[in-house]
Amino acid sequence: MENFAVFVPRLVPQKDYFAPGHRACIGCGEALALRLVAKALGRDVIISNATGCMEIVSSPYPTTSWRVPWIHTLFENASAVASGIEAAVKIMNEKGTSKKTPKVVAMGGDGATFDIGLQSLSGAWERGHDFVYVCFDNEAYMNTGIQRSSGTPFGAATTTSPAGKVSIGQSTWKKNMPAIAVAHDIPYVATACPSYPFDLMEKVNKAVATKGPSYVHVLSPCPTGWRHAGDLSVKMGRLAVETGVFPLFEVVNGKYKLTMDFPQLRPVKDYLTPQGRFRHLPKDEVERIQKGVIREYEKLKKKVEP
Amino acid sequence: MNKTAMTGMEGSLAMAEAVRLANVDVVAAYPITPQTHIVERLAEMVANGELTAAYIPVESEHSAMSACLGSSATGARTFTATAGQGLELMHEVLYVASGLRLPIVMGVANRALSCPLSVWGDHSDVMAVRDTGWIQIFAENGQQAFDLTLCAFRIAEDPKVLFPVMIHIDGFHLSHVVEPLYLLNQEQVRGFLPPFVHPFPLDPDNPVTMGAFTVPILYSEARKSMETALRSTRPLINYVFDEFAKLSGRQYKPVEHYRTEDADTLLLTMGSFSEIAMEAVDHLRDRGDKVGLIRLRLWRPFPFDELRRASENCQTLVVLDRCVSPAGPPGPVCSEVKAALYAQKKRPNVAGFVGGLGGRDLTPGEFVQMVERGKVIAAQGGEEIEFIGVRG
Repeated sequence: MENFAVFVPRLVPQKDYFAPGHRACIGCGEALALRLVAKALGRDVIISNATGCMEIVSSPYPTTSWRVPWIHTLFENASAVASGIEAAVKIMNEKGTSKKTPKVVAMGGDGATFDIGLQSLSGAWERGHDFVYVCFDNEAYMNTGIQRSSGTPFGAATTTSPAGKVSIGQSTWKKNMPAIAVAHDIPYVATACPSYPFDLMEKVNKAVATKGPSYVHVLSPCPTGWRHAGDLSVKMGRLAVETGVFPLFEVVNGKYKLTMDFPQLRPVKDYLTPQGRFRHLPKDEVERIQKGVIREYEKLKKKVEP
Repeated sequence: MNKTAMTGMEGSLAMAEAVRLANVDVVAAYPITPQTHIVERLAEMVANGELTAAYIPVESEHSAMSACLGSSATGARTFTATAGQGLELMHEVLYVASGLRLPIVMGVANRALSCPLSVWGDHSDVMAVRDTGWIQIFAENGQQAFDLTLCAFRIAEDPKVLFPVMIHIDGFHLSHVVEPLYLLNQEQVRGFLPPFVHPFPLDPDNPVTMGAFTVPILYSEARKSMETALRSTRPLINYVFDEFAKLSGRQYKPVEHYRTEDADTLLLTMGSFSEIAMEAVDHLRDRGDKVGLIRLRLWRPFPFDELRRASENCQTLVVLDRCVSPAGPPGPVCSEVKAALYAQKKRPNVAGFVGGLGGRDLTPGEFVQMVERGKVIAAQGGEEIEFIGVRG
């Protein structure tokens, strides 16, 4: 294990395709995740990016952080644009008008994935386009100022699900986006987190190597929206995994596999307490979240084949 | 010149045939009446190996146009078709296509907009996407549906243009009517339409960033340069029409005339009703009235000069709109025509009529009525909406 820690980072490519100088917030977990994803993707890709934090911080004209071909058009259509790119690459090869075969990648935040872009993503999956979709899930519409999405967890205060005298904040449970991906019978689905960088990059590599649609769901701690200190982003990701709030797993051709299992999950309050968005929660609601997390974790473990 | 024999073909199928001859690379489309025959035929061609193309059966029109953005940006020749509600669902995507200067060609089988639901033809859909920055050309028969679709690829993909193009064919009146027409053969089309070469495609060897955002100090300049570029496509459009005439013997112009010599009254139409208006003009000429017809072939970029020249010697110009601008001026086309003529020292009185909505036919007799009534209301100023062929 010690050797692993020494040598593995040296195997990571030094070249960055998401260049520094972008305008993400201090401590942005999503920018960290994107840098690692871009590293793993390498140069031979075309990226279709939905509107959102990463699009905005990376492309203020006339500057760009992108060292790979990149297109942003609208909020809800990154997967449809990727469908067009993928179809174009394929047919131009078939007709002999191009010999290039870049991997096509679509990206979006939780709003672009869970909510407004779900239809176009579902369509692209169903049609079987050979592309990777990466969801950078920071659990709310952070780019517009922390509004709730269907990826916002139960109990979190956002600007449109505020905690108040008669409200505990978000009153619904987080939509199970990886399960929706699995339900499309696509060959590769994985959850990942930049707090586990080698695992994240390995999963991206697997997604790229997959023929057909693949989905990598990346929990991306957001100090601005989660209201924790900027130097806690990596720790928050670890706590999300260690408490079972965000389990790391893969689903390869429908077969579930936990990539990180714990004999004992940490109490969920370890994850909730450092975050201002959960600050208002009374003990019984924390207990309710704890029960919900264990229930979901047990459900997930049942899906894992022995 | 054209050597192929005359054949009978539905407007939609004629358009699909033009797309096949253009050797399109990617078709992304969603079914909607009355456009469906175009993409059904294309899907059939792909299935039978008559056309080597990727056919993407998307899950909405929003995704249809979005997929077109992706394929065109990658350097593939790209086509889609839609109508009515579908065009509206694409709305925001249309601006991106022109803003990114992607030469997508789209057939639009013009259809009314809900509510109430109507699948039949009018120009409500077109008028709602007027300012999306697309080149927009109106066909008036099946022959033109074929010809103008071929011209559209040549215009759109020219390095001096690089704008998307809509070819409008009136829903049902053109899309579903079998007409006699002349096709071109593959060799002729190959000579007319060079392969598409995107100057800056999405390419890992030469990475580009497409679709950056701009701050207020740059947005205006970006929009202005796009507007200037679209306006500047006019000579190239005329050039392509002339080149097409050399190939086919069929000459198109931004504004086309019918019996306009010495006319004191002119009708102005867009789309399929032009041929009915011609019958009315013939009838009126037979009885000695000096009446002619002008048709706007090119809707965007707007043919200001040609329109001014065409109407400078008439006293009355009667404009038909197939779209209502509720509680506004009498129809979008009429408003634009008036605005284009406003600064002219010598200009006709203009009367606007709204008719032919949601598939309602207009007869030659109703065009005669428009001319007669138009002279009266044009002389009075004519600011109110005047409907033609509508009860109540």
